[in-house]
Amino acid sequence: MAGRTLYDKIWESHSVGILPTGQTQLFIGLHLIHEITTAPAFDMLRENGLDVAFRDRTFATVDHIVPTDLRQRPFLDKEAEDLTQALERNVEQFGVEFFGLDSMNQGIVHVIGPQLGLTQPGMTLACGDSHTSTHGAFGTLAFGIGTSQVRDVLATQTLAMDKLKVRRINIDGALGIGVYAKDVILNIIRRLGVSGGKGFAYEYGGAVIDRMNMEERMTVCNMSIEGGALVGYVNPDQTTFDYLKGRPHVPSGAAFDRAVNYWKSVASDGDAKFDDVVSYQGKDIEPTVTWGINPGQSVGISERMPKPEEFSDPEGAKKAYEHMGWQPGAPMLGTPINVAFIGSCTNGRLADLRAAAKIAKGRKVNSAVRALVVPGSAQVKKLAEQEGLHEIFTEAGFQWREAGCSMCLAMNPDKLNGREISASSSNRNFIGRQGSPQGRTLLMSPAMVAAAALNGKVVDVREYE
Amino acid sequence: MSEIVKITKVSGSAVPIRGNDIDTDRIIPARYLKEVTFARMGDYPFFDERYDGSGKKKDHPFNDPEYKGAAVLFVNKNFGCGSSREHAPQSLFRFGIKVIVGESFAAIFAGNCTMMGLPAVTVGAKEIEELIKSVEENPGTEYSVDLESMTLSYGNRKIAIALPETYRIALTMGSWDSTALLRANLEQVKKTAAKLPYMSGFSS
Repeated sequence: MAGRTLYDKIWESHSVGILPTGQTQLFIGLHLIHEITTAPAFDMLRENGLDVAFRDRTFATVDHIVPTDLRQRPFLDKEAEDLTQALERNVEQFGVEFFGLDSMNQGIVHVIGPQLGLTQPGMTLACGDSHTSTHGAFGTLAFGIGTSQVRDVLATQTLAMDKLKVRRINIDGALGIGVYAKDVILNIIRRLGVSGGKGFAYEYGGAVIDRMNMEERMTVCNMSIEGGALVGYVNPDQTTFDYLKGRPHVPSGAAFDRAVNYWKSVASDGDAKFDDVVSYQGKDIEPTVTWGINPGQSVGISERMPKPEEFSDPEGAKKAYEHMGWQPGAPMLGTPINVAFIGSCTNGRLADLRAAAKIAKGRKVNSAVRALVVPGSAQVKKLAEQEGLHEIFTEAGFQWREAGCSMCLAMNPDKLNGREISASSSNRNFIGRQGSPQGRTLLMSPAMVAAAALNGKVVDVREYE
Repeated sequence: MSEIVKITKVSGSAVPIRGNDIDTDRIIPARYLKEVTFARMGDYPFFDERYDGSGKKKDHPFNDPEYKGAAVLFVNKNFGCGSSREHAPQSLFRFGIKVIVGESFAAIFAGNCTMMGLPAVTVGAKEIEELIKSVEENPGTEYSVDLESMTLSYGNRKIAIALPETYRIALTMGSWDSTALLRANLEQVKKTAAKLPYMSGFSS
């Protein structure tokens, strides 16, 4: 019998049974909730007289709409205040543990799960946010879900799901200097397309992934959904176990050893059979920047912007050029920027801030650029400050903010204005994503964002490394 | 969870939205996700494409009086990619869309649609072009989607449609609102959970 993948193993151990629809009822080991996608779900529970089935496996925080400058309550934005109050009432009424604004554990839901050791290998996890795939870095099957599904998980701790196929993606060899996890995933999406992962879970592996630390693996898994894959994961290994050891929700002593044995057992077998396998070479990946309106529309920094005819969907490329206002064939290098944003669940962790600070240290942000650093969690902020990263950033002219999702999706006051161009370490360059319907977003690694902030234009970060 | 509503046949006039990879930020800008309920979502689909900064209407199929009252939405490839926000299908549904016909849909979006009782069915690239052209040339044409025969009919044309079988069963048997189905097995859920070592903190 052929070996099994991590996906197969976790799927089987979490299957409750087959539903009359033919779907599998899958147990969800951890449910993370936040303010945006939950209020109607709690309303539905109340309307039907239902309770939270496994409240011990449910944790809440507030991240999407929180202001990152003035956080005193009530918020200036009444809608943000009302939605936050709705979550506060719901967690109170249903007895769910809540990391609110005054908690040292507050932060972006995909940053705090791993940080607290809540996210563990061999677990299923769900959250009403498409970037839930982030947690796959731990060898967790993590699903981004909608509000009706949030209701189902609250009411039953299960989801009705169809099994996916598994595509193994190898990144072999090594990355060059100045090339980061963000560049790896942007390249994967560029090659396989924004819908290429439909119907698949992505298993990332190969020497480059093996050598990555957990924060880098989270960046890769985070953007699986941008490639159309609902789930992305990395097999747990010693790097994973070392990261988890000693974290608040991770067992200690003999129980930790038992946990490691279980975690090792869920990794894909050496002879596991995949539905598809693709391999890329790390050395072929350059610092990468998006030029268009979806995360698949990117080029290496030394390349020119492609011609619409090079795409299977030339109309889509033309629409992107129409919005962005560039010409096909123009160099990416030297594209002007107005705003620099370092943060988000993709690149708002300590390693990301360190990489950006290394570039910013002793230098000055271009006077025409508005530059923000938004730590992914209160804990990341604290650790960064202990290292003095906040001083490096503020001396260079970056604003140093409180934790939240911020300008990744601009549900708080951090927004682009008019036609501004943002160099952003976030995950989506969709039209209007950063708060202005005419705004423009260039996705890149945090180090590339820092370098762009200093120069007021897109530059090659390798000149600084 | 409420009464069982079987969705087998959806009919009505149609509205086309051309373009691949239309993401949920375009379907509903994030600022409308600050509302505590879905009640007003029907006012917002494609808001920034339908209105300029001053609130003036722009040229958009959802503003076009010829398509007013449409229950069928025609789209191209990878519709609904990006954010998991259920506000996106909610906004289309509450605007009046009762079935979406496209070349393909993003995974989370298709699941959200099904759970709301909004079928998102697929046809081939050639067929969707035919359908979009048919409604552009003859707005007001009546289309009928049948989830039992798995066909879409208009005039004297009949086109085969596709939908994952599990979604088709959920919609036609009226169990698309899955909470009741899942709750029926709560005892089994507890048994499955008890076998997972992390549920007891690896105590044994």
